[in-house]
Amino acid sequence: MHQFTIEPMFGTDHWAIGGYNIAFTNSAMWMVLAAVVIWAFVALGMKRQLVPGRWQMAVETMTGFIDNLLSANVGPEGKKFVPYVFSLFMFILCANLLGLLPLGVIGSHAFTFTSHFTATGVLAILSFSIVLIVGFARHGFHFFSLFVPHGTPGWLLWLIPVIELVSFLVRPFSLGLRLFVAMMAGHILLEVLSSFVINSANAGPGWGLMIGVPSFLLMIGISALELLVAVIQAYVFALLTSLYINDAVNLH
Amino acid sequence: MDAEAAKLIGAGLAAIGAGMAALGVGNVFGSFLESALRNPGAADGQQGRLFIGFAAAELLGLLAFVVSMILIFVA
Repeated sequence: MHQFTIEPMFGTDHWAIGGYNIAFTNSAMWMVLAAVVIWAFVALGMKRQLVPGRWQMAVETMTGFIDNLLSANVGPEGKKFVPYVFSLFMFILCANLLGLLPLGVIGSHAFTFTSHFTATGVLAILSFSIVLIVGFARHGFHFFSLFVPHGTPGWLLWLIPVIELVSFLVRPFSLGLRLFVAMMAGHILLEVLSSFVINSANAGPGWGLMIGVPSFLLMIGISALELLVAVIQAYVFALLTSLYINDAVNLH
Repeated sequence: MDAEAAKLIGAGLAAIGAGMAALGVGNVFGSFLESALRNPGAADGQQGRLFIGFAAAELLGLLAFVVSMILIFVA
């Protein structure tokens, strides 16, 4: 489907390093755009006034939200991870919301790079490697006690660590897969509904009224739902990352 | 049966998984709302757990979607 194709932009399709193509794609452009939006959002709220204005209030609400999330899930140690989780949350949120922009009305089209497993998988690997690095740096090989929860009966010692290990190793996949599939499914749903509208309108006014109009009304509702999903998926990604960081910092 | 037809039937069957995940997600939010109305004071503190349950239930539906996508486009 055209909205998911990655294509080089601005004639950079021949750029390469060591045989690998490093063309500046539309995916990369929307990543840069998301980063610029976050930078502008935070920079405009960094005036540090004693009585915050509206913009500073918005920025402080977002940072305070992530700060609460980490202090509730990780405890006082979680303060160190606020910059990472905040950037992650805002990056995914901006990506999801920018991808929903109705740019089709001005002839261009938005690209949701979180609907590609390559992008979300890298974010998930980033979170997972932070968990591994923090866990081994803080606890050394004692980190492996994560796989033996408190109160495991002795005769189950052959089974529980295997289950815990599998559930630990599946985490990066489930983290990346959830975001990618949720975003892709929403966009495909909208595409299918819009094809209903177009095809039924082409088939004649009767079909257009019977199928096209209800499909269009449904599209409006689904678009509102997609806005909700965009926020929830960003929140779930940040929440699960903070839970995994809690495992690394506090070992169950 | 033609292999192509079997793939499409399998992809359709995978949609059952999406419906089952809908039951799961509805159950998570329904139970939360039910108990939140009984004890509204304790509800706000449990929102993190609500979304963990939501994420776990939703993931299985999304996996069903992945299975159908693999059957249609990859296999």
